[in-house]
Amino acid sequence: MLKMTPLNQTHRQLGARMVDFGGWDMPVQYSGVINEHLAVRSAAGLFDVSHMGEIEVRGSGALEYIQYLTINDASTLVDGQVQYSAMCYENGGVVDDLTLYRFAADRYLFCVNASNIEKDFDWMEKVLAEGDFKDVELVNLSDDFAQLALQGPQADAILERLTESDLKSLVFYHFIEGQVAGVDTIISRTGYTGERGFELYFAPQHAEAVWTALMEAGEPEGLLPIGLGARDTLRLEKKYALYGHELSSQILPLEAGLGWITKLDKPAFVGREPLVKMKAAGIPRRLVALRMVGPGVPREQYPVFVGDEEVGRVTSGTMSPSLRVGIALALVATGAHQVGTEVNIGIRTRRVAAEVVKPPFV
Amino acid sequence: MDIRNGLKYSEEHEWLLVEGDVATIGITDFAQDSMGDVVFVELPEVGTSVDAGQACGVVESVKAVSDIFSPVSGEVVEVNEVLPDTPEEVNSSPYEQGWIARIKLSDAGEVDKLMDADAYRTFVSGQ
Repeated sequence: MLKMTPLNQTHRQLGARMVDFGGWDMPVQYSGVINEHLAVRSAAGLFDVSHMGEIEVRGSGALEYIQYLTINDASTLVDGQVQYSAMCYENGGVVDDLTLYRFAADRYLFCVNASNIEKDFDWMEKVLAEGDFKDVELVNLSDDFAQLALQGPQADAILERLTESDLKSLVFYHFIEGQVAGVDTIISRTGYTGERGFELYFAPQHAEAVWTALMEAGEPEGLLPIGLGARDTLRLEKKYALYGHELSSQILPLEAGLGWITKLDKPAFVGREPLVKMKAAGIPRRLVALRMVGPGVPREQYPVFVGDEEVGRVTSGTMSPSLRVGIALALVATGAHQVGTEVNIGIRTRRVAAEVVKPPFV
Repeated sequence: MDIRNGLKYSEEHEWLLVEGDVATIGITDFAQDSMGDVVFVELPEVGTSVDAGQACGVVESVKAVSDIFSPVSGEVVEVNEVLPDTPEEVNSSPYEQGWIARIKLSDAGEVDKLMDADAYRTFVSGQ
């Protein structure tokens, strides 16, 4: 039985094409992936991301526990701030990537990937049980939140009509608690598209009312509902990693280009040793951005060659709606990762020229 | 759903227009709608011979890769050269500007085994 967000009927009434996404019945497109993608880049789009998971960490020992559980340095966070982070296994492979919200010194919220909610919660409980932490409580609040992402250059103008909160003072990767369309909402200036915008968390019984209010408020700007198809092409153009593709239990964050959130100078955290070792010995593979030179669309698992040697595989690929050219992320052997490296991608029976480029694509 | 009388249809959702001993092929409105935005078309080469049921090209949408299966045997005598630059024609005009290739039939009897419009309507309604 597929899980449904509180907006399932709304999507169906809008004529969305629904797909099974990690056990969730989700809209993959409404008006068309390219149209939706371009709307987010030029105006604004509204995404139902209620499938995402929310896990609260409470208690006076919360920070100490989170510092041990995650790879980024959570001690730098102040109330109202968000941090991109990840949890690793003992071998350094990634359990999940996440955003971490600090509400108070003794209250944090993890936003995690939908298909990983149970796995993450079990892992967090295991790390808690096996460590020596005092006064830490974990609560899986995933069913208590609906989440919408409002993204695009017009996102501020649209949201301003529905809230009295001071959006102008709300800076990137910070959040405030306010009201949107009369509904108590966590307003977070974050997103997965590379555009200005917000992620909005509120109680699921208000999902339809908030969705409808936003769609009506955004009509003058051309706000469109956006499915998972465009969510994927939008994040790919910005080289944002997607768990299960660029990140997995078999890929270390240093390989996936997440060195910037991997704080090896923290005294202890799960996965630190293999990461320190890898950093010292040299990172064997790197996540690169590839742009097609020849015709074709790179896809996940297509081989990447330098000369006749296979140097890696594509982790995600598509035809960029903004550039109208094939783009990909790929994990390749170090040495083949330098910007400007000429590669070939194995597309069916042919090898098609591509080039390592500096991200983001757009 | 646009299903046109006078065309023949395959179970792989290709259409076929026979004029003399040459058949024009393309993908149906149902097929283009199922795929979503078409962003890339790989055409067969003129002069290649194809067998009925054999893959002779590829249509790709943002998310999916689909083979084009030739519904008939014969020699590819012409391809729609504009499609690589304007693959969206497959969406906007699947039966006209979005045609894929023309095949000189080597066995005209194969055409009779394909569905007519009514049979294809029934076939699609069961999908």
